[in-house]
Amino acid sequence: MLQEHAKIIQFISLAEQVTGRKKLQKMIFIAKKMNFPFAERFRLHMYGPYSEELTLRVEELCEMGFLEETYIHKGSYNQYQYEVSEEGVHFLETMTEKNNELQPVIEQMQSKTSRFLELVSTLLYFDHLQQEEQIEKVHIVKSKLKFTDEEMKEAFDFIHKLEGLAV
Amino acid sequence: MGYKNEKLKEEKVFKDPVHRYVHVRDKVIWDIIGTREFQRLRRIRQLGTTYLVFHGAEHSRFQHSLGVYEIVRRIIDDGFSGRPEWDEEERLVTLCAALLHDLGHGPFSHAFENVFDLDHEEFTQKILLGATEVNAILRKVSDQFPQKVADVIDKTYPDKLVVSLISSQIDADRMDYLQRDAYYTGVSYGHFDMERILRVMRPAEDQAVVKSSGMHAVEDYIMSRYQMYWQVYFHPVSRSAEVILKKVLHRAKYLYETGYQFGQAPVHFETFFKKEYDLEDYIALDEGVVTTYFQMWTKEQDTILSDLSARFLNRRLFQYVEFNPAAEYKKLQQLEVLFNQAGLDPEYYLVVDSSSDLPYDFYRPGEENERLPIFLQMPNKELREISRSSDVVDAISGKRRTDHKLYFPEDLLQTGENPLYKEIYEMLNK
Repeated sequence: MLQEHAKIIQFISLAEQVTGRKKLQKMIFIAKKMNFPFAERFRLHMYGPYSEELTLRVEELCEMGFLEETYIHKGSYNQYQYEVSEEGVHFLETMTEKNNELQPVIEQMQSKTSRFLELVSTLLYFDHLQQEEQIEKVHIVKSKLKFTDEEMKEAFDFIHKLEGLAV
Repeated sequence: MGYKNEKLKEEKVFKDPVHRYVHVRDKVIWDIIGTREFQRLRRIRQLGTTYLVFHGAEHSRFQHSLGVYEIVRRIIDDGFSGRPEWDEEERLVTLCAALLHDLGHGPFSHAFENVFDLDHEEFTQKILLGATEVNAILRKVSDQFPQKVADVIDKTYPDKLVVSLISSQIDADRMDYLQRDAYYTGVSYGHFDMERILRVMRPAEDQAVVKSSGMHAVEDYIMSRYQMYWQVYFHPVSRSAEVILKKVLHRAKYLYETGYQFGQAPVHFETFFKKEYDLEDYIALDEGVVTTYFQMWTKEQDTILSDLSARFLNRRLFQYVEFNPAAEYKKLQQLEVLFNQAGLDPEYYLVVDSSSDLPYDFYRPGEENERLPIFLQMPNKELREISRSSDVVDAISGKRRTDHKLYFPEDLLQTGENPLYKEIYEMLNK
């Protein structure tokens, strides 16, 4: 009955910890795009694909005590860090099967910056378009981030690598 | 003069209980309203199952769409037109996007999308860009025009000011639905001084802003929104109806997938059950079609489908108790076991439903929120995020309220003969 909550806990458990709400949003969106069964729906917002449902789910999980949220000061900005609590681990044991195929996808994403994942997820948001149109769209909706050609290439290479790990 | 700028010989007006009149002068707008895809919105209620609680809430998405159009028309024609920040070339695309922003909504949208894994915003895009009457009208403006309208609705349009009129924390969509839903439900919340907000709304680089003298009207709007969510949109009884509606659709889908022979073939649903639907299948659905099937399903052999369908049609809804998932998830698991032992499938008869709302959220540099805040334009033209000036808004900013309820068939548990029912009922109410 709380299966969708369990999937988010499992994701963060496999990642061990996720730093940044934005990063968590982008990682789940990308995983969903790689056909992992997350139910949250995403729309394009300020930082690319964003799910209000996911924000809510994470807040609920913190309220339930299954996730620990830590507020970190990082000089000019602040970030939230998420880890699974002991209670969350117990909950997970009663709820769901392990999804081992998710682990390598998470590892790939964990090593990337939020900015890069924002680019990758925004490209994937427009994946119904031709590659050139995808790039054009990203330049329109992310004009202030000024992504370079090298970053675009790296992002497409990364997407191809993830597609090899998709389910 | 091209089709883009063509005006009707005489202005057309729709009588409207919220805005008094909706004024149409543009030929494109008039033609869109006449298309079958737009007329279909007459057959889809704005508030889904809420009419089972507030009996007046029978108003349609057609009315709301006209209302959003009218508000945007007034913002542009009475407020923005002639100001240097506003590009007059964007007028028609903005009006069309306002009129068409909900075009892809299906019958009982929320439940239907949930069960069949659909997204009404994707269908809005498909109707705008596919082989439809709406697309034919938009293409008469230019080949690129349907895509431009679609981009505004998808929030990927380059001019963010245009997008903000349709989709932001103070947009025409919200201003219409709050007032319209308040009017039709008959509640006293939901009212605010829209005239004042429209008078003080100004175009800025990336979004519409509000002159600081209009701050109190915006406070009122935000509080109205807060009240409407908890008094109307998340009313626990309409959520009960929504829970049953979803379960009816789930059951019908499950039966189809497992080879059950329906008394009457569910022709309109078959492509959705098989995930092979196309745009025509989607457009063919409306709430009349769905409830007709529910009527037929009350006569089905499958007792779960017939019971749930009858419950929905005859408003024999589930009862609810407060539920705390963190503290009670083990109790929920025990209840599921008991339901199974009592011959009640918990998948259909024991349902957790959650609602949550954030009345206003703000973004300040260095934070990670995703919503564009409401800005006040100070007398020196400086922009200031509203919660920095308003104690009222500051008090509720960023404060999410969440509510979980556990739904179950109390009538059955109280009157049924199974000895386990009493034990379940006592456990639910412990």
